[in-house]
Amino acid sequence: MRGRVGLLGHEPLLYRDLTGRENLDYQARLFGVDGARVEELLERTGMARRADEPLRTLSRGMVQRLAVCRTVLHDPALLLLDEPLANLDPAAVEAVEPLIGRGAGRTRVVTSHDPGAGLREADLVLGLRGGRAVIAAGAQEVTEADVRALYR
Amino acid sequence: MRRTVAALLRKDVLLELRTKETVPAMALFAVTTFVVFHFGLNRGSVSGDLAAGVFWVTLLFAAMLGINRLFVAEREQGGFDAFLLAPADRTALLVAKTAALFAFLSVLELVAVPAFALLLLQPSVWPALPALVGVLALANAGVAVVGTLASALAIQTRARDLIAPLLALPLLIPVVLAAAKASTPLLLAAGPGTIAARWPLILGLYDLVFALTAYAVFDFLLED
Repeated sequence: MRGRVGLLGHEPLLYRDLTGRENLDYQARLFGVDGARVEELLERTGMARRADEPLRTLSRGMVQRLAVCRTVLHDPALLLLDEPLANLDPAAVEAVEPLIGRGAGRTRVVTSHDPGAGLREADLVLGLRGGRAVIAAGAQEVTEADVRALYR
Repeated sequence: MRRTVAALLRKDVLLELRTKETVPAMALFAVTTFVVFHFGLNRGSVSGDLAAGVFWVTLLFAAMLGINRLFVAEREQGGFDAFLLAPADRTALLVAKTAALFAFLSVLELVAVPAFALLLLQPSVWPALPALVGVLALANAGVAVVGTLASALAIQTRARDLIAPLLALPLLIPVVLAAAKASTPLLLAAGPGTIAARWPLILGLYDLVFALTAYAVFDFLLED
């Protein structure tokens, strides 16, 4: 089961003193993934050129791109994503879209504080207030105003 | 499991090579302590049981620095979570961390033994070296297993720098005792004598018992 889930949360779950490539190589070994997959993901996220620099020297957006690589390294069927586009510029968002976006071909559970963007991408919407489900419906049936009402 | 252990161990060695936070601190602490003993005992050199006591107490406290830091990166940088997300046997983390600590202790001793011979030891260390290396290996294994266990327990608490020594030091008294007893005849002023067989045996038995204990309980120390 663990090998079929990819988690991208607030923390990148990467070591600050290792380079991006070393971090992903380590993860690849844990998951039994071929090293070529690491290079492929670094290329696809535009991080190949900065992959040999320690994480602590990279911007938050670059670290987030590496965290996306870590999340999809083992080609998981289910993605658990918490604000996956945080700190990413438009070019980076475009780069990670095929990996963790709607077009990724994976089941995604996305936590977002951006109702508009969330609704545009979702099939099902779950809105929580005080830990209880207030909205549980298809994305077509929910408006942005319904979601915003949760925050009042 | 071998693949996972190798990955974890490789990562720990890389992190240590990159940060140099643990082994240099341990080595510097050991050398400084020998200097302090040199002046504190008000003696130019030591031999026999005093030499063994000074040597092993210094190594034990130097080891505490490594034990305290063993899981810090896992805790502070999400290493635990990343590991738990992988389809890996949790025992691999115990084995890898024990091996890493064993390696760190061995490197420490590469510095500490010559420093001890230079600063404090009266007899030449060369004739005793082969037997001393054997005692060091047995003691390192015990310190590594118990240290890993104590460190994994302490890292989950707020006062980890205090909890790890409080847990590990009492548990490691038998190691210090047996290692010092085994080393005493090796460090005699008249030249190395024969080690009583029971002390290496006690060390070996201690290693075995705590390795099995750690294997049995380690899974429960990692939260999902």
